[in-house]
Amino acid sequence: MFDNFPLWPVPASSGAGNVDALFIFLVLLAGFMSLAIFTMIVMFALKYRYRPGHKAEQIEGSVPLEVTWSAVPLAIFMVIFVWGAILYFRERTPPREADAVYVVAKQWMWKLEHEQGQKEINELHVPVGRDIKLVMTSQDVIHSFYVPAFRIKQDVLPGRYTTVWFHPTRPGVYHLFCAEYCGTAHSGMIGQVVVLEPAQYQAWLAGGITSGSLAASGQSLFQQLGCPTCHRSDVQGRGPNLVGVFGKPVELEDGRTVTADENYIRESILSPNAKIVSGFKPIMPTFQGLVSEDQLTALVAYIKSLSQPSSGAAGPATPAPRI
Amino acid sequence: MATATIPVEREHYLNTDYGIRSWLLATDHKRIALLYLVTITLFFFLGGFFALLIRLELLTPAGDLVLADTYNKLFTMHGQVMIFFFLIPSIPAVLGNFLVPMMVGARDLAFPRINLLSWYLLVAAGMLMLHCIFTGGVDSGWTFYTPFSTAFSNTKVIEAGLAIFIAGFSSILTGLNFVVTIHRMRAPGLTWSRLPLFIWAHYATSIIQLLGTPVLAITLLLVVFERAFHLGIFDPTRGGDPLLFQHLFWFYSHPAVYIMILPAMGVVAEIIPCFSRKRIFGYSAVAMSSIAIAVFGFLVWAHHMFVAGISLYSAMIFSILSYLVAVPSAIKVFNWTATMYKGSIHFDTPMLYAMGFIGLFTVGGLTGLFLAALGIDVHVTDTYFVIAHFHYIMVGGAVMGYLGGLHFWWPKISGRLYPEWLGKFAALTVFLGFNLTFFPQFILGYLGMPRRYWQYPPEFQVLNVLSTAGSTILAVGYVLPMIYFLWSMRYGKIADANPWGAAGLEWKTSSPPPTENFEEVPEVTWEAYNYDEIPSPEEVPVGR
Repeated sequence: MFDNFPLWPVPASSGAGNVDALFIFLVLLAGFMSLAIFTMIVMFALKYRYRPGHKAEQIEGSVPLEVTWSAVPLAIFMVIFVWGAILYFRERTPPREADAVYVVAKQWMWKLEHEQGQKEINELHVPVGRDIKLVMTSQDVIHSFYVPAFRIKQDVLPGRYTTVWFHPTRPGVYHLFCAEYCGTAHSGMIGQVVVLEPAQYQAWLAGGITSGSLAASGQSLFQQLGCPTCHRSDVQGRGPNLVGVFGKPVELEDGRTVTADENYIRESILSPNAKIVSGFKPIMPTFQGLVSEDQLTALVAYIKSLSQPSSGAAGPATPAPRI
Repeated sequence: MATATIPVEREHYLNTDYGIRSWLLATDHKRIALLYLVTITLFFFLGGFFALLIRLELLTPAGDLVLADTYNKLFTMHGQVMIFFFLIPSIPAVLGNFLVPMMVGARDLAFPRINLLSWYLLVAAGMLMLHCIFTGGVDSGWTFYTPFSTAFSNTKVIEAGLAIFIAGFSSILTGLNFVVTIHRMRAPGLTWSRLPLFIWAHYATSIIQLLGTPVLAITLLLVVFERAFHLGIFDPTRGGDPLLFQHLFWFYSHPAVYIMILPAMGVVAEIIPCFSRKRIFGYSAVAMSSIAIAVFGFLVWAHHMFVAGISLYSAMIFSILSYLVAVPSAIKVFNWTATMYKGSIHFDTPMLYAMGFIGLFTVGGLTGLFLAALGIDVHVTDTYFVIAHFHYIMVGGAVMGYLGGLHFWWPKISGRLYPEWLGKFAALTVFLGFNLTFFPQFILGYLGMPRRYWQYPPEFQVLNVLSTAGSTILAVGYVLPMIYFLWSMRYGKIADANPWGAAGLEWKTSSPPPTENFEEVPEVTWEAYNYDEIPSPEEVPVGR
């Protein structure tokens, strides 16, 4: 491959090869179809070009032909649709036990924070061979997290979390682009994803300066804000017990059931009265404007950690220094 | 300024009156068409100038020609000018205005004064847009995505929004005029199944204009209100929803693609039968596919939002619907190609544009299949792949169709012939320049170069240089016709009523036509595209 003239992006995630396979299929299909149309045009143009004394043959049309060239393309389109939808379904469904990294985008930088507390700007270090899930939000306008080598992209919106996941398969340094126009330095809102061998990654984790894991800072924030007065973990308080809530269905006062995901926790902190848990009163005050996006992700990470049996068992990638 | 060499000049719509008032207060659809032609040509070259600056900036990876903010304004205003002030009015307002009444055998459109009003609305909108451009410009992207446009951009978003809001009314009124004219003013004997496909295409377009444009108007108004009065509609910090904007915006702006491409399809469906000397293959399939595109076109808008944060299942619904809308487009391509089969094909300039249209539209349409595939779209959306795809449709399709149509009907419009060899040369230049400009962008997109980037990593440079080189060739191809069309108005050979030997009522009256179009109301007793009954021009030699 030429250094300054690549024609194909490096595939560096488990999903990249699948996307490339469909892409190659489509290139072949499109190539075949364009070639067929071009050949017909050129052949007709040569064979039936005007010659004096030679008249055109009037043809009204043909219903069988119309049906054929509607039905056959439609059938091919449905194959592409299903193939594309399967890929999308995988791209949009993060594995349950994926390691979370919290991303806050702002004009014009990416702020990333690992569960173990490492913070990065415009750079993301991840180990090869693990599922990584990004929980992302924006402080201002819409951005988009795009890593061409992983063939993934997800818009990052203000006021809610969006998620994307990947499974890096090849160590290396890859482009991270903002793909949604976000103002003056949109094209400067770039960074890199550094995929490391597990051992290197451990070394990187150990070398980082942290003030404790993200969940730990969330826990101290939880105390500071006075949350435990109502959300008690020993007995039932005025608010729901939050231990074991994350990822589970929650029954609401109005009869609906929602899953307690990141967006639900976020909404419950910022607009507590939007979804009242069955059996509780709408008495919680809003924290809108009182907590920053960074603090919100810490709180979410803490509440999430309350649902993990014990953080030591979270997997080989997280023997992080805990305080 | 009557030409002295012609002793007694026949009276036609151009020489009835020469005063400035006779133009500015014209209610003759043919004169209004020419007013539109001048207006949108100015905007086309303004938008093209922005495009050239964009391409020059991208010649090098570093942002070194213009400032980042300037670049952001350039691509924003390139999009807004080209879409709202050139492409949407292009074929309908110029060729449609000139031809719809003539093709249905009417004296004028149903509402001549409303027709003039719609031109004034476009001019007013254009003035506002120009004022916006020359007093600082706007950098929201042509898509006005919130909350950037309503709460963060510090450029003239309100002015640009209002300009497009006003231009929308021009588009609605033109559509309304066409619908009423086509329903109510067809000549005796001109049944729906005898209508030229150009009329069918404009009918479908008008319906989209009538139903879709008001939604854009409301959406832009909401953007203006949120920006001016700080309402919380789209801005999440005030309780709004940024995705709501995208739904509303694309509800119009996806069908708007068909406002731009359907009329071009109509042009091609006139040119190919004429230069193949054949009835169009599958008349009703081609006519009905226009209507199908207009209907299905309203059901696919969220395919612009697959990575925007919509739900998994709504994305799947919009993906499958997007494939359905591809079927009528495929039907059209197959029928045009089949029309050439066993024809007697002439390669005059309009035919070259039409053949170019089929080729480029095919590539544009096939790459649309990539983008409708969810798994692929995630990777290539918001990259140069999308830029290349929609330029193949808008420029390779709509602009090629517009130029082809302009060449085809120029003898009717001006009464003069343009130099044929220059026409062919320009058509080939446009075709080559276009492909060199936009084909490399497909590769850039799959490599991952995001759109709207002022600077980019150095590995993308070679493809960007190719693209910029192509754009200069393309520019030559676009300037040439303007020069020789102007030249031909004074020096071109005089055209007779039907220089191509074409079917259609517009060719049955003199060139240029009289103000009232027809000496007497025509009565149609023949089917459309009755080329077996019309001798080709070679058999009836004219001074060419």
